[in-house]
Amino acid sequence: MPPDATAIVQAKALVEVEDLARDFDVSKPWLYRVLQGDRKRILKAVAGVSFDIPRGTTLSLVGESGCGKTTVARLVVGLYPPSRGRIRFDGVDMAGLASRAEAESLRKRINMIFQDPYASLNPRWRVRDIIAEPIRAFRLLTDEKAIQERVAELLTQVKLSPKDGEKYPHEFSGGQRQRISIARALSSTPEFLVCDEPTSALDVSVQAQILNLMKDLQAEMGLTYLFISHNLAVVRHMSDRIGVMYLGRIVELAPGETLFATPRHPYTRMLLDAIPDLDMTGRARTPVGGEVPSPIDPPPGCAFHPRCPLANARCRAEVPQLRPVADAQVACHAVEEGRTA
Amino acid sequence: MPLLEVKNLRVEFPTRRGTLTAVDDVSFHIDPGEVLGVVGESGAGKSITGAAIIRLIEPPGRIAGGQVILNGRRIDNIPLDEMRHVRGKQIGAIFQDPLTTLNPLYSIGRQLVETMQTHLALSDREARARAIRWLEEVGIPGAAQRVDAYPHQFSGGMRQRVVIALALCAEPNLVIADEPTTALDVSIQAQVIALLKRLCREHGTAIMLVTHDMGVIAETADRVAVMYAGRIAEIGPVRDVVKHARHPYTEGLMGSIPALTHKVARLTQIEGAMPRLTDIPPGCAFHPRCPKVFERCRVERPDLMPTDGPNLAACWLHAPARGAREVGHAA
Ligand SMILES: Nc1ncnc2c1ncn2[C@@H]1O[C@H](COP(=O)(O)OP(=O)(O)OP(=O)(O)O)[C@@H](O)[C@H]1O
Ligand SMILES: Nc1ncnc2c1ncn2[C@@H]1O[C@H](COP(=O)(O)OP(=O)(O)OP(=O)(O)O)[C@@H](O)[C@H]1O
Ligand code: SF4
Ligand code: SF4
Ligand SMILES: [Mg+2]
Ligand SMILES: [Mg+2]
Repeated sequence: MPPDATAIVQAKALVEVEDLARDFDVSKPWLYRVLQGDRKRILKAVAGVSFDIPRGTTLSLVGESGCGKTTVARLVVGLYPPSRGRIRFDGVDMAGLASRAEAESLRKRINMIFQDPYASLNPRWRVRDIIAEPIRAFRLLTDEKAIQERVAELLTQVKLSPKDGEKYPHEFSGGQRQRISIARALSSTPEFLVCDEPTSALDVSVQAQILNLMKDLQAEMGLTYLFISHNLAVVRHMSDRIGVMYLGRIVELAPGETLFATPRHPYTRMLLDAIPDLDMTGRARTPVGGEVPSPIDPPPGCAFHPRCPLANARCRAEVPQLRPVADAQVACHAVEEGRTA
Repeated sequence: MPLLEVKNLRVEFPTRRGTLTAVDDVSFHIDPGEVLGVVGESGAGKSITGAAIIRLIEPPGRIAGGQVILNGRRIDNIPLDEMRHVRGKQIGAIFQDPLTTLNPLYSIGRQLVETMQTHLALSDREARARAIRWLEEVGIPGAAQRVDAYPHQFSGGMRQRVVIALALCAEPNLVIADEPTTALDVSIQAQVIALLKRLCREHGTAIMLVTHDMGVIAETADRVAVMYAGRIAEIGPVRDVVKHARHPYTEGLMGSIPALTHKVARLTQIEGAMPRLTDIPPGCAFHPRCPKVFERCRVERPDLMPTDGPNLAACWLHAPARGAREVGHAA
């Protein structure tokens, strides 16, 4: 293979998401609508999101409650069908898979870790069966002894003991349960893990254990992560690139270093400014007023305009698109026009 | 004189399998106008400590020992109806979920008016005018129009503002705020903390601020107490605790928090987890996880002791010279 051919193979992202959107119908029941003369109400949870994740790297999505992070995660792993847009995994369009076998062979390369390690583990199953479930579902191994060996290996990998396989989820602490979820997610030897707030329910000291584990596993196995959190410091620690979401859209997408050194979008700046941290520099904060508007009736134009100090007439009328700025992408008219200080 | 003094507080929960000690020999004080942060992992005893001070421990839980002294007067043993008056008039409370404080059936104006009239001599007109002023102070837009609105007509962040107004409207000397922003969005958290801090400074109100968020503590508290397994592991001025922790647990805790300002390859990791109340190890409760553990730690329990800084730490690393240590052991 000529050297430039490898370069091309490496440059292509493992995950490519293009203009992904998902609407939810949140209308009142039909009869009620007819009697009351109500309109159909559509909630645009995700309103056109695009990003690439190169193999072996971590892309994080960060944003306040309700901005659509979980919906993106569920779309990417195929738990929801998209209303619009495309997801390609290793170059293959996930929607265009003709046969079940094809879909399945792709699915097992992708797995998900959820926020709540309590709710996501079946309380009546032994841990070894929880972890073996994807192995059995995808028939990756059929020999029972081989399955148990694999489970023991996975438990060791997440720093639990093979003996823990005999126990039930309630016998474990929150952090240990999240390790079990990770072992289960790894059992189909996926290349790509979608992690939705994997440490948000955990104490900081336990969070550190899980984040360290996730980084170790990534280094060992070359995993690719889509990592979701509302905690900017956690996101900074974990990510190569970061997408900041607001009301269903990515408003800024940049390498982690760039985002923290030179945040460009007014919302990113506001978030960074709002977060207290341990640095104790005594810097004055400018808490921004207002709250996230309802996604059912988002403001026209730039959805951030009611809270934005730089908003003008164009912002109230025209939706800003993501545009490249240096090594970042930013969706803001003021940035495009050079109006940001 | 300190505003609040807590001495050797002990809270127990009798259970079928024996008595659990959720708060064990906890002592600290809060000065007038001071912000004391209380941090620690889930189950460390933060909320129970706050609840014990205002006597809101649910039976069969009970205060099993110690004293709570407010303005020089013991309040841990006064009759409950007298305590109800202390609560509200002298100590305000803010909890994580605003809906536990707000009555859904009454307008927010009525709740403010009733609270003020219970504790302050105000006519109806004066109380209503003050209710509107409080709503303005906590940043409710259109306060005069919205004073008759009901809690469900407000967003989560707005409701927590109303709760702050309720906690402060009878002009208490102390507010106990237990995770007041945990349920709110990041940008709203900052607004609410800034508001609480400003109002308490303006009114000279002291705050006991219970939270998981070390960032909030670092920027808000004057002093901070770090709790572990029902006890205070370390207490001192916030800068000393955050930047120069003297207790190995605090040190590990600070290192485990990812920073906004710089990136590290690996976070400091404290192995294991905080013990359950049912199996707290003998000696120092932290010893099975402590990287600096030595023999004494396994047998003898350390109390808070002076360190080489302004912090007090419950850790044998700070015990005075050897001779004194042996005396301690014999005692
Ligand atoms: N199944 C559903 N039906 C209707 N609306 C939904 C559904 N799932 C999500 N939503 C709405 O879509 C929007 C985005 O929700 P999503 O859960 O993706 O947000 P999020 O960023 O993950 O928030 P959080 O930080 O609170 O987890 C929200 O307004 C939510 O109420
Ligand atoms: N009603 C109860 N019966 C028995 N034990 C209880 C009861 N309420 C609290 N506890 C125990 O007391 C201990 C301290 O609880 P507390 O609520 O003070 O913790 P916390 O530090 O506030 O934790 P969190 O950060 O999760 O709010 C916990 O171990 C808890 O299990
Ligand atoms: S587009 Fe306009 S309103 Fe939106 S963030 Fe930029 S300046 Fe603010
Ligand atoms: S007393 Fe011993 S075990 Fe406990 S924190 Fe200090 S050094 Fe560690
Ligand atoms: Mg979510
Ligand atoms: Mg609590």
